[in-house]
Amino acid sequence: MTTAENTAADTASGAGGTFVPDPGAAPLSRMIGAQTAFETKMLLRNGEQLLLTVVIPALLLVLFSAVPIVDTGSGKAVDFLAPGVLALAVMSTAFTGQAIATGFERRYGVLKRLGASPLPRWALMAAKTGSVLVTEVLQIVLLTAIAFALGWSPHGNPLFVVLLLVLGTAAFSGLGLLMAGTLKAEATLAAANLVFLLLLVGGGIIVPLDRFPGAAQDVLRLLPVSALSDGLRDVLRDGAGMPWGNLAILLVWAVVGLGAAARFFKWE
Amino acid sequence: MRSGSTSQSPAVEIAGLVKRYGDKSAVDGLDLTVAAGSVTAVLGPNGAGKTTTVETCEGYRRADAGSVRVLGLDPATEGAALRPRIGVMLQSGGVYPGARAEEMLRHTAALHARPVDPALLIERLGLESCGRTPYRRLSGGQQQRLALAMAVVGRPELVFLDEPTAGLDPQARRATWDLVRELRADGVTVVLTTHFMDEAEQLADQVVIIDHGRSIAHGTPEELCRGGAENTLRFTGRPGLDLVSLLKALPDGTAAAELTQGSYRIEGAVDPQLLATVTSWCAQHGVMPDRLAVERRTLEDVFLDLTGKELRA
Repeated sequence: MTTAENTAADTASGAGGTFVPDPGAAPLSRMIGAQTAFETKMLLRNGEQLLLTVVIPALLLVLFSAVPIVDTGSGKAVDFLAPGVLALAVMSTAFTGQAIATGFERRYGVLKRLGASPLPRWALMAAKTGSVLVTEVLQIVLLTAIAFALGWSPHGNPLFVVLLLVLGTAAFSGLGLLMAGTLKAEATLAAANLVFLLLLVGGGIIVPLDRFPGAAQDVLRLLPVSALSDGLRDVLRDGAGMPWGNLAILLVWAVVGLGAAARFFKWE
Repeated sequence: MRSGSTSQSPAVEIAGLVKRYGDKSAVDGLDLTVAAGSVTAVLGPNGAGKTTTVETCEGYRRADAGSVRVLGLDPATEGAALRPRIGVMLQSGGVYPGARAEEMLRHTAALHARPVDPALLIERLGLESCGRTPYRRLSGGQQQRLALAMAVVGRPELVFLDEPTAGLDPQARRATWDLVRELRADGVTVVLTTHFMDEAEQLADQVVIIDHGRSIAHGTPEELCRGGAENTLRFTGRPGLDLVSLLKALPDGTAAAELTQGSYRIEGAVDPQLLATVTSWCAQHGVMPDRLAVERRTLEDVFLDLTGKELRA
């Protein structure tokens, strides 16, 4: 008999025994793996999230490379834009997307319900991070392919690039989770989108920061997205060594953001 | 007899639980014991402290005073050991809005070591037709049943069901009741809160009535109904009967009242002798006792007497 037939037979005869207690948590690695896969699936299924994480960065890259809307300085536009769009991709997933998704999970009691499951909270956060990283890899593969098609010629040490991306992810995750864990879901939705838009313009992604007035530049350079796009550009366009200053800015944001999120995050 | 149902320490032991939110005490010195392998129904008006009590057992709330042991563990400090052993159904929500019913249940199963086959639960709870429907598009009843399935899929020893049949149609309610009975038969301890008296009467080995954050009565449904006035006799007749004269004919401790014009209630030890006395008194006074009925006290009456409130507020 197949399992289905067995099942039907049990039900029909009322054999019982289905629920005889035999509790236990799945192994941690399996729980985290399953949770990561599930979170990623939820994220990729969400149309608004895809718009934010894939469509907008890809469109900006193509549009601004092809049409000289903004003066990106000497050299090919794509060499300026590709590092910026990579920074935008990290921000869209680790900050905007994660803040909105987590905010609504909190609102709909998903986090509460998971809090009564065998999955420990730290493992849930690990899975969320895993899901963000998986999404970022997909974004980076796609955007890099587009950039190459547009004639991008990157330089520099890939290790520096990875380090910048990881620290950027940590910084944005901390800020995103801080927002999701303290504000109402609707407020998070509005604020996260607004911040995305403002930083898109003022974060050195498509508009070089030296187009802004001097005083504004000094402030804008301290933003995590500016530090990330600037650092990536130093390495990928100019072939520079490790941009320590930008790395330090990201590190401070990561420590402050993750620390505050850990301190103030409300699960219900 | 299954090993789970006798001679075990209680599944839940609460003594003197106090939980305050600001100045207000949601739970105020509550005692509750749940025998392993039993079904306990927690009844109470809205705001009585049911959910707070259950959520303290689940580890969501920390007691301000008193002690709470669940499966011998302190939910506040030993949650990691407790959580895999319990199943939880929240009053609402708890599912990713974009998740499909079946994949959500499968994911919950994946967090447990030896889960029940999700397909079996899907079938048992009549969710086959909506297995691929996103949670946010499920009906309220379907959402409830999915949450119930998620609570039991991990083969827990103890499940907490917070209003498991709220908003269900009669058929789905029946399916839920059958599942609870099966859980009990398999040795699972069940604690459920409910607004439905018939649910408590149908399912519960023990009923606990909570009001103002305290347990004010507990026992089997039969024990609770037996307490106080044993029985009630009702009839209708001419308005304004001389009840003082009637009471003189009846044994001490019997009460009589005209509830509305011409509608009478007699409370006391209603036996054949009392019935004969009432009818002969009516005959002497030329009264036809219409709609004469002997009523047992229902759980609803007990509840109303104790709390002064309707259950379904």
